[in-house]
Amino acid sequence: MQFYDLPDARGHFGTYGGIFVAETLMQALEELKLAYEHYRFDPEFQAEFTSDLKHYVGRASPVYYAKRWSEHLGGARIYLKREDLNHTGAHKINNTIGQALLAKRMGKKRVIAETGAGQHGVATATVAARLGMECVVYMGSEDVKRQSPNVFRMKMLGATVVPVESGSKTLKDALNEAMRDWVTNVDSTFYIIGTVAGPHPYPMMVRDFQSVIGHEAMTQMPELTGRQPDAIIACVGGGSNAMGIFYPYLGAKEVRLIGVEAAGLGLATGKHAAPLNAGTPGVLHGNRTYLMQDENGQIIETHSISAGLDYPGVGPEHAWLKDSGRAEYVAVTDQEALEAFHNLCRFEGIIPALESSHALAYAAQIAPSMDRDQILLVNLSGRGDKDINTVASLSGITL
Amino acid sequence: MSRIETTFQQLKRQGKKALIPFFTAGDPSPELTVPMMHALVAAGADIIELGVPFSDPMADGPTIQRSSERALAHKVGLKDILGMVKQFRQDNAATPVVLMGYANPIEAMGYEKFASQAQAAGVDGVLTVDYPPEECGEFLACLAQHALDPIFLLSPTSVDARVAVVAKAARGFVYYVSLKGVTGAANLDLSAVKTRLLKLRKQISLPIGVGFGIRDGAMAKAMAEFSDAVVVGSRIVQEIESAPADQVVARVGVLVKSFRSAMDS
Repeated sequence: MQFYDLPDARGHFGTYGGIFVAETLMQALEELKLAYEHYRFDPEFQAEFTSDLKHYVGRASPVYYAKRWSEHLGGARIYLKREDLNHTGAHKINNTIGQALLAKRMGKKRVIAETGAGQHGVATATVAARLGMECVVYMGSEDVKRQSPNVFRMKMLGATVVPVESGSKTLKDALNEAMRDWVTNVDSTFYIIGTVAGPHPYPMMVRDFQSVIGHEAMTQMPELTGRQPDAIIACVGGGSNAMGIFYPYLGAKEVRLIGVEAAGLGLATGKHAAPLNAGTPGVLHGNRTYLMQDENGQIIETHSISAGLDYPGVGPEHAWLKDSGRAEYVAVTDQEALEAFHNLCRFEGIIPALESSHALAYAAQIAPSMDRDQILLVNLSGRGDKDINTVASLSGITL
Repeated sequence: MSRIETTFQQLKRQGKKALIPFFTAGDPSPELTVPMMHALVAAGADIIELGVPFSDPMADGPTIQRSSERALAHKVGLKDILGMVKQFRQDNAATPVVLMGYANPIEAMGYEKFASQAQAAGVDGVLTVDYPPEECGEFLACLAQHALDPIFLLSPTSVDARVAVVAKAARGFVYYVSLKGVTGAANLDLSAVKTRLLKLRKQISLPIGVGFGIRDGAMAKAMAEFSDAVVVGSRIVQEIESAPADQVVARVGVLVKSFRSAMDS
């Protein structure tokens, strides 16, 4: 069924991916790769993972027909894959459960994570609490400010949240700091990366754990609509929710796969977070991929209303899917995402995450020009409760 | 014979070990980089490790992170740094210069362009923290073509199989990271380093330098007893950070002299 068998043994997706880290981490990544290669096909591991996804996360997540919103837009019917209904409110938990089960089997007692919007941090703190592991989450101090409900959530779950003051004080700097922690505590610590980026085997491993989203959709869509959708739309920061829903569909060539990046204030302004649309290939955070960088190869500051998309790189498999043409990558602005956010609230009674609102916004752009019998499936990757402060302050309201 | 090889052979004849100070090019300001390099040589440096600043220095502690930020505030890029080395070479033909940094600035310039311009500028070696040998075959070929030595790191976590990979790819010298951690960390275990270095000698014929966490002359002297070179970075950068701009070159000179005399005593 798969349309290709990537990555290769050292984590390459064409020229992208790979292992670009300091020597101290090479052996740890080798051990992780061997452990994952073993448990990936271990029936007992898979059974525990599947059982946790069902009983703890609440999977399968439903697919929901957004009838009133679709009719308002006129044109294609829009379906939503409801990852927002998962325990902890986003798709991130699928991956943290997988990696934490692996950490447990590798005998690691301490887990660390980076987080942007805080969803991955919360999902990591959640599984660490459940498995009785020590948990430290690195978060840019800018993000600590704009995502304060999630910071408090992590603390309640027993995690230590470390605000990162270096660089742009956002997700990329949190990742740098988590890497520094890992280099220092490599024997005791498992680094739970939250997206399909980083050095091999992370992009592959996170994709595999998240691909439950696409596998469910493949069964659910024919049940609901009699067929697969015409297009699948997902937001892309690092790209884990998109990779999770795209991956099982890679071989289904009749289904368009559309990743939506954050155009921020507009691609022309330079204030955005859209490396696939406006970046160039380079090496950052352990892999080769598209990056937002200047002519000297320095990473430039990104901007997005959504903390979870505010990242200058992107998973290497997306870089490869872009170059190969199998997936398309577009971008929508802060303003367009906000409009979709409000519309989903008003028409469907669903408060979407600002990240997912980018995918919704693109669906709203293309649906009107499509026929009523055409179907769009949007990955509603998370709920928007964490974003109410951001949205309120944009409307001049202090909560 | 390369400048790095010549340097190590001369030191061996003199019964001395190499002192390799590190600082970031452009810190505290681009105008001071070349004078600083000459001051380091005058203070007894055998090889200069010149940091290429990067926006996301994942393997560095807070001290070197801040030095990168200061250099980047002056918009110092790889091309400017090659110009600085060229200027240094007008008055110094003997002291090897090793560039130390991260992959992306080199990726952005392009391998061939970087290697040819670095050779023309008088660079001798290149240490790229996040290019393990497995990922940089094409880059290594470019360096070899332009007589530049690839310097690689080894660490306490490197197993024998990895040491073999590095031993095969490395030229000039090998840099042993003395601890599990970032630059400037404070958890150095001298006897563990010694044991490991004796073991590494069986697999590596190149000179072996030791760095990370070496904070004073006494520590440098202890390290020099069983290594071929001592790298001092964060401690020098701290001096740059704390000294007033008009005294910074002199203060760094005094500091490096203290390391030199401790190692030679």
